[in-house]
Amino acid sequence: MLCQRCQQRDSTVHFTKILNGEKSEIHLCETCARENGEFMIKPGEDFSFHNLLSGLLGFENGGAFGQIAGMQKPQITRCNTCGLSYQQFAELGRFGCADCYHSFGPRLEPLLRRIHGGATAHTGKVPHRAGGIIKKRLQIESLRSELQQKIQLEQFEEAATLRDRIRELEQQSEAGGN
Amino acid sequence: MPIHDFVQDTSRWMSDEGPYSDIVISTRIRLARNLIEHPFPMLQSEHQADEVIERVRAAIGSPEFAEQGGGNFELIQLDTITGLDLKTLEEKYLISSTMVEHATRGAAAIREDELVSIMINEEDHLRLQVLLPGLQLAEAWETATRVDDLLEAKLNYAFDERFGYLTACPTNVGTGIRASVMLHLPALVATGQINRVLSALGQVGLIVRGVHGEGTEAIGNLFQLSNQITLGVPEEEVIQSLESVAQKIIEHESQARTYLMQESREDIEDRIARSFGILAYARRLSAKETMQRLSDIRLGIDLGVIKGISKNILKELMVMTQPAFLQRKSGVALAPGERDFRRAELVRDKLRSGAGHI
Ligand SMILES: [Zn+2]
Ligand SMILES: [Zn+2]
Repeated sequence: MLCQRCQQRDSTVHFTKILNGEKSEIHLCETCARENGEFMIKPGEDFSFHNLLSGLLGFENGGAFGQIAGMQKPQITRCNTCGLSYQQFAELGRFGCADCYHSFGPRLEPLLRRIHGGATAHTGKVPHRAGGIIKKRLQIESLRSELQQKIQLEQFEEAATLRDRIRELEQQSEAGGN
Repeated sequence: MPIHDFVQDTSRWMSDEGPYSDIVISTRIRLARNLIEHPFPMLQSEHQADEVIERVRAAIGSPEFAEQGGGNFELIQLDTITGLDLKTLEEKYLISSTMVEHATRGAAAIREDELVSIMINEEDHLRLQVLLPGLQLAEAWETATRVDDLLEAKLNYAFDERFGYLTACPTNVGTGIRASVMLHLPALVATGQINRVLSALGQVGLIVRGVHGEGTEAIGNLFQLSNQITLGVPEEEVIQSLESVAQKIIEHESQARTYLMQESREDIEDRIARSFGILAYARRLSAKETMQRLSDIRLGIDLGVIKGISKNILKELMVMTQPAFLQRKSGVALAPGERDFRRAELVRDKLRSGAGHI
């Protein structure tokens, strides 16, 4: 079988990729596999999605063929903290600093959605120190929705308990977080 | 513990046995973390890189860290060790190949037992890794999150309530977790079921990969199963789905092994015995052939065809027949051709020194 990338040499590296339930067979020659470093097995290493990612980003920017003639050049978006432009991010596939996430803001959403199976918001571990306030806020939010349910179900006693608990948490938050 | 000890011998993930270790080689969890108010390693100046190293040094050196069970870490600045030591750490999976390439700005903090390591200034400021033998996802996560908590008590992590832990690459953002298990699946490969089984998994956000040699035979029949999605899925859920998929694959592999022994016992025993003979007597072995034959040996031990050899021979020799390890053992630089010769010597000694027999 010919290498899928160069279409010249015989493919000797084969693997099955399953991402989001979609299976694909990949067949490459040694040279192309090495150039696409991430395809070589390294059991202890991460599977780098760098190339896949550049592909996604490139697509968003009009693909490898650059700007479509006559189209206006997009405005340059830069991170104020580290100076990385969105274009550079798209080429490198890497952010320059934590603030890049906010500097590039809404432009990241479709990208994150594609990488992470539709998700654009974190659920999971929250660091204790940095997350003290955040945790409390999330807790208040979930209690509030629970409160709404109780009211709709006319379970007023439980609702009252929840309301007191929310007030308590809100006071703690205002008093300075942890 | 000096660097000497880390590069000299096998790690515990290699020498210890773990649950389901007849099929699962190892479990790994890594967490990507960054510090606020520092550019990510890609844009860091040398001074800033040193600053990150010093912060981590202070965190793991603090009395609270040790008191609360973080363990004893040795911080090794990678530009202070030899290239050979660096490669050896990589071959033991204590550091990544990226780390080896960018050694000038990096450091690695390795716990005494070598089950936990922290890469500093890799793609992210911190890459905390836990590596355990066998299938131990819950245990690995427990250890990782505990060490992570102790680090966070001293370090200001870049965290955002919407995006979670902020990482250099958007593929890691959120939990920053990559959990993986390495599986040895010779029977699924031999019975030709491997692709059907892997594609039937169809689990959201999981990825299986294995690299094959020529034709359909996989080098060493080793496959790695890991999560891909890090955003919007809590860590416990990642662990849970990986665990259940791993269990399913284990079940299929066990069934395939039983089937092989029932339907083509002579063929499989012949293959195992031939590989045993070659590894015990060959004078030259390429890395690839070594892995393929070791896979047969390992299957032979699991099926009871080969007796008197530890199961860990696959894991140990997988690491110890790598170039840097071989070179260290022979004490001189080795050309690739000489490596094959030394590799055969090492494998031969290992196979014939014990009470291994068929
Ligand atoms: Zn090619
Ligand atoms: Zn930035």
